[in-house]
Amino acid sequence: MSVNYGSKRVVVGAHYGLRDWLAQRVTGVLMALFTFIVLAQVLLSKGAIGYDQWAGIFSTQWMKTLTFAVILSLAYHAWIGMREILMDYAKPASVRLILQIFSIVWLVGCAGWAIQVLWRV
Amino acid sequence: MSALTPPSKVKRPEFRNINAFADLPGYRWPLAALVSGMHRASGLMMFLLLPCIIWMFDTSLSSEISFARFTSVFTLGVGFIPGILVKLVTLALIWAYLHHFIAGMRHIRMDIFHTTSKEQGFKSARMVMVLSLGLTAVLGAKLFGWY
Repeated sequence: MSVNYGSKRVVVGAHYGLRDWLAQRVTGVLMALFTFIVLAQVLLSKGAIGYDQWAGIFSTQWMKTLTFAVILSLAYHAWIGMREILMDYAKPASVRLILQIFSIVWLVGCAGWAIQVLWRV
Repeated sequence: MSALTPPSKVKRPEFRNINAFADLPGYRWPLAALVSGMHRASGLMMFLLLPCIIWMFDTSLSSEISFARFTSVFTLGVGFIPGILVKLVTLALIWAYLHHFIAGMRHIRMDIFHTTSKEQGFKSARMVMVLSLGLTAVLGAKLFGWY
């Protein structure tokens, strides 16, 4: 049987509260990589950044796909963070539920907007 | 009947959750705690300002005309919001992103290398503060056109 406790536990197992913790790290690393990739393309472009250079970064299919994954990662990452903050400070449970629903609507709405922009380029 | 005692009316001390205004100013804030608190605050800030960020993403990418509007917002402002306020909000977002990013790296380093002693916590927290504030100063100076 796989180890499901301590520092040697199997991270892909179920039901020990690790999923969100790990998801926050994985999505965070993905967003960090994305930051470096965008930054590299901005720094490597020649001359001042005009519209063509900036929009050109997001026009390739691989960059669109990556940015799409990053938008979803951001929404999931921020949801885990907001849930944590609300679990700590928002009481009673009814207020917490309302704020959690607001957070989900807010994040899903923002993600939709960002995805719409992405395919406009 | 005399064997039954009435419910005790003794006033016991109550321990409630912390009150942000009454308790927080008296707390000791070691550097690691400050970095942790600011990690949370910067995350909340970016969550609340997410529409502003996507608005920038939208106007800067949609067309050449909207790109020109995007660049002018920092000097001419947008609607009733003056350009200087747009710059200040952007500066706040730059700080929030950098702090959240670097403090997040600190967490991942702690997770991977199990660097969890008090001493290591202080040193890495100090590193986060130096890097995030330093980079914010560099990018902020660029934002305000000082170089």
